[in-house]
Amino acid sequence: MPRTPLEPRFTVEYLSVLDAEGNLDSALDPGLPPAELKRLYRAMLLARRLDERMVRLQRQGRIGTFAPIKGQEASQVASVEKLLLFFAGHLEGGQPSPDQRDLPITIPVSTQLPHAVGLAYAAQYRQDDVVVMAYFGDGATSEGDFHEALNFAGVWHVPVVFVCQNNQWAISVPLKKQTNSKTIAQKALAYGLPGIQVDGNDVLAVYAASREAVERARAGDGPTLIECVTYRLGVHTTADDPTKYRTAEEVAEWERKDPLTRFAAYMKKKRLLDDGLEAQVDEEIAAAIARFEATAPADPLVMFDHVYAELPPELKAQREALAEGLRSGEPGRREKHEPSPPMRGQRSGKR
Amino acid sequence: MAKLNMVKALNLALMQEMERDPDVLVIGEDVGVDGGVFRVTEDLHRAYGSKRVIDSPLAEAGIIGASIGMALYGLKPVCEIQFSGFAFQCFHQIENHAARYRNRSQGRFHVPMVIRMPYGGGVRALEHHSESEEQFYAHIPGLKMVIPSGPRNARALLAAAIRDPDPVVFFEHKALYHAHKEDVPDEAETMEIGRARVVREGDDLTLVAWGGMLRVAREAAEILEQEDGVGSDVIDLLTVAPLDRETIVRSVSKTGRVVIVHEAPRSFGPGAEIAASIMDGAFLSLEAPIARVTAHDVPFPGFARERANVPDVARVVAAARDTLAY
Repeated sequence: MPRTPLEPRFTVEYLSVLDAEGNLDSALDPGLPPAELKRLYRAMLLARRLDERMVRLQRQGRIGTFAPIKGQEASQVASVEKLLLFFAGHLEGGQPSPDQRDLPITIPVSTQLPHAVGLAYAAQYRQDDVVVMAYFGDGATSEGDFHEALNFAGVWHVPVVFVCQNNQWAISVPLKKQTNSKTIAQKALAYGLPGIQVDGNDVLAVYAASREAVERARAGDGPTLIECVTYRLGVHTTADDPTKYRTAEEVAEWERKDPLTRFAAYMKKKRLLDDGLEAQVDEEIAAAIARFEATAPADPLVMFDHVYAELPPELKAQREALAEGLRSGEPGRREKHEPSPPMRGQRSGKR
Repeated sequence: MAKLNMVKALNLALMQEMERDPDVLVIGEDVGVDGGVFRVTEDLHRAYGSKRVIDSPLAEAGIIGASIGMALYGLKPVCEIQFSGFAFQCFHQIENHAARYRNRSQGRFHVPMVIRMPYGGGVRALEHHSESEEQFYAHIPGLKMVIPSGPRNARALLAAAIRDPDPVVFFEHKALYHAHKEDVPDEAETMEIGRARVVREGDDLTLVAWGGMLRVAREAAEILEQEDGVGSDVIDLLTVAPLDRETIVRSVSKTGRVVIVHEAPRSFGPGAEIAASIMDGAFLSLEAPIARVTAHDVPFPGFARERANVPDVARVVAAARDTLAY
């Protein structure tokens, strides 16, 4: 019996539209109207300025641990149709506003991906015109939930787009220690879905690939995996020191590919850069921070309010005990228990 | 009214809830065409099709994770994990997400789903097919943990779990599936989750049990009545969490003596929490130390030794007599 190569053979494409100097490959231009380009640029600038401001706020002790995205703005902004700013803690305890269509972030890596598949299944079941976008990093592709989610999505053929932010580093572990695959995009092929690798620092390439994937999902042609090749220019979180594991040369090399300066160069050539945009964005950020800092201190009792739809008796008792402790200025005191009738020697009935 | 075993009673609940609410879906391994390895989902596929009765890929995290997504969208998935011993491959989805989305989003999102799992020993099965691990789920804030003891309450509690706005882990004891038949009303019936039932009354002793151990507790109570003239309250917990402390405390305040029976290993098991609740609520009524008859603190043994591990009537009677003689 012969050994024969199986058909079809697979290919994985790489997509880049703007080069590092902001020159456009007109054959691949997604053809965005000027207003749309301006909206994208403003969103990227807002993301960058906010990111830098948040790191400073953390250093001043005004917010908790923060995970910056500097360098990944193109990968993130261009794949969402509407920019959603979500300050955990801005609303009480991190409650998304009612019109917001995104879920709170999921800290355990990759565990959000099966949720995205279920959301897409439900949307399809209800015959709603909905496409679900799911975001994760290169490290997440090592997790079992990544595998299960892509496998389910492939089998169920649901409208979901998996967007991998391959920023080269999962805290201190480089991509080559994460996977022996040449690309992350190629992993899609094993699940029977298309995968594409894009220049993640090229906002127009990310936009083009995302639009194509969303259109495919909308048309009922199933899920897509997009790998955005990008770089985390800053720290993993404000508790991280990247000088321990990567070189300044490597960072400098990626700074030359900065997605924001590249897009700015393109916008300048097209005469689409608005004067005073930076000041406008900074003002918006300052106003948001002022709003956040004026928020009343969190009420500890809120921790009980959303554990169940209805508070079970034990939880009600714990809530009352804490409330009583807070009122009397002794929040740490022991729970109070009523003496339980009947007392010893007062019981009815035989022993 | 029909005489049904627990499998048929659970199937009836699923049929009726799917009929009642188009948002109810069933998902799991072999739940569709095959009707489930224990036949609990039999004929659902024929009645409701493969979009609503989903033969999923063989992946527990995928089943629970995708069901969380469906529930966040507003559907009501009823997931089957084939054996509770396999649930550790989706434990993170249950603990990290199903139990927490309501809290994480401060009430904006919630996860109305049911996770059904066959549990318990005594059926001569392989490793990971006989465990009793309700304590893990009962310990997680945001979850409810329900264990029926017979066909009628299994049907009513499953219907209630499906209608519950919060995630419910629903254990079904394998040895009870075909153990006995009961009259089950044709019309839909639910039971309140979080309520225990006193299924036998007596003044001398309280026996607390649930699921597969309820039969053991009832038989022990019968022997104690016949041979010792001892009257027992037998409490069928039905819901492990949230625990119905009130019913337990009321009974122990009357009897002063209590034996807790469970199939889970002893240390840090549900019996410890029940005992602590009795100390809080009925300390001054106690006439004897609270006794526990449980499985041993060992990985569930192979079937040649399982009878020595799972509590039986003789062990419960012996513990009760020690308690009564204290």
